[in-house]
Amino acid sequence: MTLMNEPVHKQEIKKKYCRFKKLGIKYIDYKDADFLLKFVNEQGKILPRRITGNSLKYQRKVAQAVKRARHLALLPFVTDSLK
Amino acid sequence: MNYKQYETVFIITPVLSEEQMRDTVEKFRKVLTDNGAEILHEENWGLKKLAYAIDHKSSGFYHLFEFKAPVTIVNTLHIEYSRDERIMRYLTTNLDKHAIEYNEKRRKGLVGKKKETNTATATE
Repeated sequence: MTLMNEPVHKQEIKKKYCRFKKLGIKYIDYKDADFLLKFVNEQGKILPRRITGNSLKYQRKVAQAVKRARHLALLPFVTDSLK
Repeated sequence: MNYKQYETVFIITPVLSEEQMRDTVEKFRKVLTDNGAEILHEENWGLKKLAYAIDHKSSGFYHLFEFKAPVTIVNTLHIEYSRDERIMRYLTTNLDKHAIEYNEKRRKGLVGKKKETNTATATE
C-alpha cells in the first residue's frame, strides 16, 4: 500500500440533483408518509440537503411536510428504528 | 367575502363505537356547512395506528375534509375542535394552486398512495 491517494474516476462521481425539480413535482403531500420516509433517517430526523440533494425551495417544503406528518402522528418525532 | 380552499384532517379517539364516530364526523360536517363552507371532498381513512401515543392511545380514526370557505371559518372550526374531547388531533392547511392540482390527481388515484377506507376492524 502506498501513501498516494487513489485516483478518482470522473465518470463515477454522480452529481446530486433535486428530484422535485427534475421530475416536476410541485407539491409535497404530508399525508403520504411512505414518500416522506425518503427524507428522514432511521431516527426520524430530517436529512440535510447535502445528502438528499434537494434545492432549497423544495427542502423547505419537505421539512414543512414532515413536520405536518409528525403532528398528525403519521411519522414519529423520535424513534430508534424506522426503516 | 374572501374565499379560500382548505384541507382539514382530524383524529377521533378510538374508544368510540362506529356509530359515535360517524356522529362526530357528522357534527363537524355540519359545523363546516353552517359556516358557509362548500365541501369538495372527504375521506375516511378508518382506524389507523399512530406513530406515537397521543393521550395514551395508540390508534385513532382519521378523517379528512377538503372545502372552500370564507377565511373566518378556520377560527370557528378550531374552537369547535378544541372543545370536543373526542378529537385527539387536528390540522388545517391552506391549499395553494399546486396543492389543489395535486389533490385532484390524488382523488383519481394517479399520484400518492391511495388510502384504503375500511382497515378498521377492532376498536379501542
